[in-house]
Amino acid sequence: MFDLKNLPDEQGHFGEYGGRYVAETLMPALIELEAAYRQARSDPSFQREFDYYLTDYVGRPSPLYFARRLSEYCGGAQIYLKREDLNHTGAHKVNNTIGQALLARKMGKPRLIAETGAGQHGVATATVAALFGLKCEIFMGAEDIRRQALNVFRMKLLGAKVHEVQCGTRTLKDAMNEALRFWVTEVRDTFYVIGTVAGPHPYPMMVRDFQAVIGNEARRQILAAAGRLPDLAVACIGGGSNAMGMFYPFLTDEQVGLVGVEAGGLGLASQQHAASICLGQVGVLHGNKTYLLQDGAGQIQNAHSVSAGLDYPGVGPEHAYLHDVRRVAYVAVTDEEALLAFRLLTELEGIIPALESAHAIAHVVKIAGAMPADAIILVCLSGRGDKDMDTVRAWIEQTEADPVQKPANSPGKNDR
Amino acid sequence: MSRISETFASLRDKGEKALVLFLTAGDPDLAVTEDLVVALAEEGADIIELGFPFSDPMADGPTIQAASERALKRGTTLADVLGLVGRIRQRTAVPIVLMGYYNPLFRYGLQRFAQDARSAGVDGLLVVDLPPEEAADLHFWLKREQVDLVTLLAPTTPPQRMAELAAKGEGFLYFVSMTGVTGSREIDTGAIEKQVRELRRLSPVPVAVGFGIVTTEDVAAVAGFADGVVVGSALVKIIASHGSSPHLTREVRRFVHGLKEGTRLPEGLRSQ
Repeated sequence: MFDLKNLPDEQGHFGEYGGRYVAETLMPALIELEAAYRQARSDPSFQREFDYYLTDYVGRPSPLYFARRLSEYCGGAQIYLKREDLNHTGAHKVNNTIGQALLARKMGKPRLIAETGAGQHGVATATVAALFGLKCEIFMGAEDIRRQALNVFRMKLLGAKVHEVQCGTRTLKDAMNEALRFWVTEVRDTFYVIGTVAGPHPYPMMVRDFQAVIGNEARRQILAAAGRLPDLAVACIGGGSNAMGMFYPFLTDEQVGLVGVEAGGLGLASQQHAASICLGQVGVLHGNKTYLLQDGAGQIQNAHSVSAGLDYPGVGPEHAYLHDVRRVAYVAVTDEEALLAFRLLTELEGIIPALESAHAIAHVVKIAGAMPADAIILVCLSGRGDKDMDTVRAWIEQTEADPVQKPANSPGKNDR
Repeated sequence: MSRISETFASLRDKGEKALVLFLTAGDPDLAVTEDLVVALAEEGADIIELGFPFSDPMADGPTIQAASERALKRGTTLADVLGLVGRIRQRTAVPIVLMGYYNPLFRYGLQRFAQDARSAGVDGLLVVDLPPEEAADLHFWLKREQVDLVTLLAPTTPPQRMAELAAKGEGFLYFVSMTGVTGSREIDTGAIEKQVRELRRLSPVPVAVGFGIVTTEDVAAVAGFADGVVVGSALVKIIASHGSSPHLTREVRRFVHGLKEGTRLPEGLRSQ
C-alpha cells in the first residue's frame, strides 16, 4: 500500500501505464513542463499563491454536506456529498486550471489552449485566462458545441476563441487531437491546459496533485463531522480527474473502499458506452498507455454517454493501475440510472447535480440500502447541473417518467 | 548491409540524394497502393514510406487525416498492410519504411509484428508517437529481425538531445522541418539548413528532411544540404483528387518524375 502514493516513476509510469507517447516536436516542451512543475511543487511561494486563489477566488474549502434525506431514502449508509458544484464556474475543473495557469505564467507562456467536452473545462480555462490576462483558445467538437451552446457562449464572453472541431467523431477525443495539433504548431509560446488526469507525463501526476485538494479537504471534513474515515469514497470517471483528486489522499487508508463509476451509456452489452476500464483493452492514445475502447486492430472506438464530460474512450493511467492492483473498484451505471439519480438528488436535497456527478450518485443509491446504518459513504459531487437542462428536459419529455421512481435495487456483478 | 544503407550508398556514388515518398496504404484501396508503389519506384523513388492508418492521427494535417479515414473506411488493418508489402516485394526491391502510430502496432503484438514485418520485406519502421524513451520493447524485437527503427528529430529538439538521439540512429534520421502537422505550411529551407548540417555531422546514418516539401524546387533546395527529401501530403493530395480515375497512375508518375529531378545535384555540388 505504501508505494501507491509514490507514483508515477521518473518517466511518468504508473506500473505499465502512463508514460509519454508524443511526437518528438512536443518532447522538449513536456520535459520543460515537468521541470517547471517539479520546481513549483516544492516552492512554498507557488503553493501559497495556489492556495490563495483556491480560497479567495474559487471559494474553497468546498463544504462537506450530510445528505440526510437521500440517506433516509436509501435506508442504509450515511451519505456525505463533497460539494465541488459550489466552486466558482460550477465544477471541480477550476482547481486544476488555476494551478496550470499559475504555472503557465511562471513559465512565461502567453497563451493557454484546452480541449473540452461538456464545456466545463473550457469555461474553467477561459476563466483563469481572463483572471491572469492570458490569451485563450479552446478546442471543442462540433457535436458538443451543438449540445452545450450555453458553455460556448460563456467561453466567448470570457474572451476565448472557440475552435469548432469537424474531424472524426466531433467530440472530446477529436477536440484533444486538434488541440495537440495546434500545440505541436505553436509549442514555443503555448501552454496546453489538459483538463483531466490523462495525456503525456507530467499531466496525469500534475492534474492529480492540483485536484487532490478535494480529497485532502474531504478527509479532514469527514473526520471532523463523523469522527472517523468513511467506509467508501465514490466518484464518477470520464478521464477521472475528480475521482483521482478524491481518491489520492485515501490511497493508503486501507479501511476506506474506493469506487470509480464509469458511464455505462445504453448498457455494457450495447456497445454504446464509455466504460474504458470495465470493458476496454490496454493501448496508447493521447500520449499515455491506458485502458481504451478500441477494436481488435487498435482503432479507437466511439464512446457514448448522456453526459458529454464522460464521453471519452480512455481513462487516466493512474486509474488503470489502481484497477489492476485492485485498490479501486470500477463499476458502470447507465444513462438511465444516472438520469434517475439526477432527479432523485434534485427532489430530495434541492441539489441539481451535473449528469457526470449523477453517475456517482446513481451507484451510491444502488448500494447504500444494503449497508449498515452506521456506515459512511463519501461522494464527490463534481459539478452542478445547470449545463444539462436541455438534455434532461428532452429525456423527461421522452419518457414521461414518474417524479421519483426508485431505481431497481440490483447491484451489478462489479459492485463492491 | 541493409537495403536502406545500400540505397543511400549507391545514391552517393551517383551524386544524387534520396527521394523518399509517403503514401497511405489502402487509399484508395490496397490494389491501387500496390501498383502505385511499383510505379513510384520506377519513376525514381528511392525509399517508400507506407502509412498504416490510425483513427486518431494526432500529428497529421487534414490531407493525411483524410487519407487515413479513406483507408479505414475500406477496413485496412496493419495485417493487410504487411500482406501488401509482401506482394510489393514480388515486384520491386525499393526499400519500404512503414509509418504510423503506436496503438495498432501495440495491439498487433510487438514480437509478432517484428517477425511478420521482416518476412514481408519491411526495411524500417517510423512511429510518430513513440519517442525513444518509450521505444525499448519495440526496438528489442525489431533489432532481432533486423528492421530499422527510424528516429524523428524536430526543430524544437535541444542540441544535447539531438546529439544523443542522432548517435543511436538506424537506417536514417527523419528531421521534421517545422513545428506543425504534416502538410500545414511551406518549408523555410533557410531556417533549417544549419540544424540539418549539424545533425549530419553528429549522425552515423543519413539524414532525410520532411514536412512542407511540395515542389521540385523545394526538393532541390533541401537536397542541397540533406541526404534525403521526403514528400508526403503533396503526393497524397494527387492520389485523393484522382483516386478513382484511370489517370491516377499517369498523374502520379509525372509528379514523381519531376520531383526526382530535384535530387540530382549539379556537378559542382556533388561533394556535399
